[in-house]
Amino acid sequence: MHARVLVRPKAGILDPQGVAVERALPALGFEGVANVRVGRLIELEIEDPSQLESMCEKLLANPLIEDYEILEDAG
Amino acid sequence: MRFGVIRFPGSCDEVDAVLACERVPGASAQLLWHGDAELHGVDAVVVPGGFSYGDYLRVGAIARFSPVMESVIRFSREGGLVLGICNGFQVLCEAGLLPGALLPNVERRFICRQVDLEVVQATMPFTADCAAGELLSIPVKHTTGRYYAPADVLESLDADGQIVLRYARDANPNGSSDDIAGVRNAAGNVFGLMPHPEHAVDPLTGSVDGLKIFTSMAHAHG
Repeated sequence: MHARVLVRPKAGILDPQGVAVERALPALGFEGVANVRVGRLIELEIEDPSQLESMCEKLLANPLIEDYEILEDAG
Repeated sequence: MRFGVIRFPGSCDEVDAVLACERVPGASAQLLWHGDAELHGVDAVVVPGGFSYGDYLRVGAIARFSPVMESVIRFSREGGLVLGICNGFQVLCEAGLLPGALLPNVERRFICRQVDLEVVQATMPFTADCAAGELLSIPVKHTTGRYYAPADVLESLDADGQIVLRYARDANPNGSSDDIAGVRNAAGNVFGLMPHPEHAVDPLTGSVDGLKIFTSMAHAHG
């Protein structure tokens, strides 16, 4: 199965990357953008998707500073 | 006393750490390879600075699962002294040996400069050779050095005396919570800090204050 894991900085934790992107956008003429957060997307092929949760807890995310969301793709 | 300094793929400060350990009277030091679970009978472990495993995924995240780290975790549970410097601090946090985590600097840039650190806890085994309130001049060089822990954890760290070093007043270079530069575990035998004491052991580079961390460890070992 193909799966995707979205990892984001936890709400309330300052995300300097998001701030940098947010400040760059108006310079390019894109106005009215706020609360930019930069996370990462991990794509993987997995035989047993029930392992995803523990994979996230142990390695893919650090639950102290990041939230994760598992998206399983059918087919 | 024999120090063991870990070398991961991507470490870059392990040789300076070995040289710093060897400046301690009566001490010797050897490198420990990340893929070798054997600690070779060393009396203390130093997890050095650098970019272990390229810092892929998250700083310290992959190094934490290397064979040598499984042994370091066991060693620390048996009371062994473990010092984590910069990337080593990040690895120890990822391993759960120290509370909290390190986040990207507030100013979003690599910082490389000498900073003043206030010794909050001048106690065995890592800072006994310092005086409480003393300022140490030690360099920092990192992009991901903003110490973070949830508010309740910060409170208990403070109450339990686990905050060992703070950046001096108005000298917090990276936005760390409560100006924290170094913390220890509850048992007191594991200590991590973002600044680099191994780069402050020779008068030629402006300060020898970092040596006190290594001599303190040797005195604690006896």
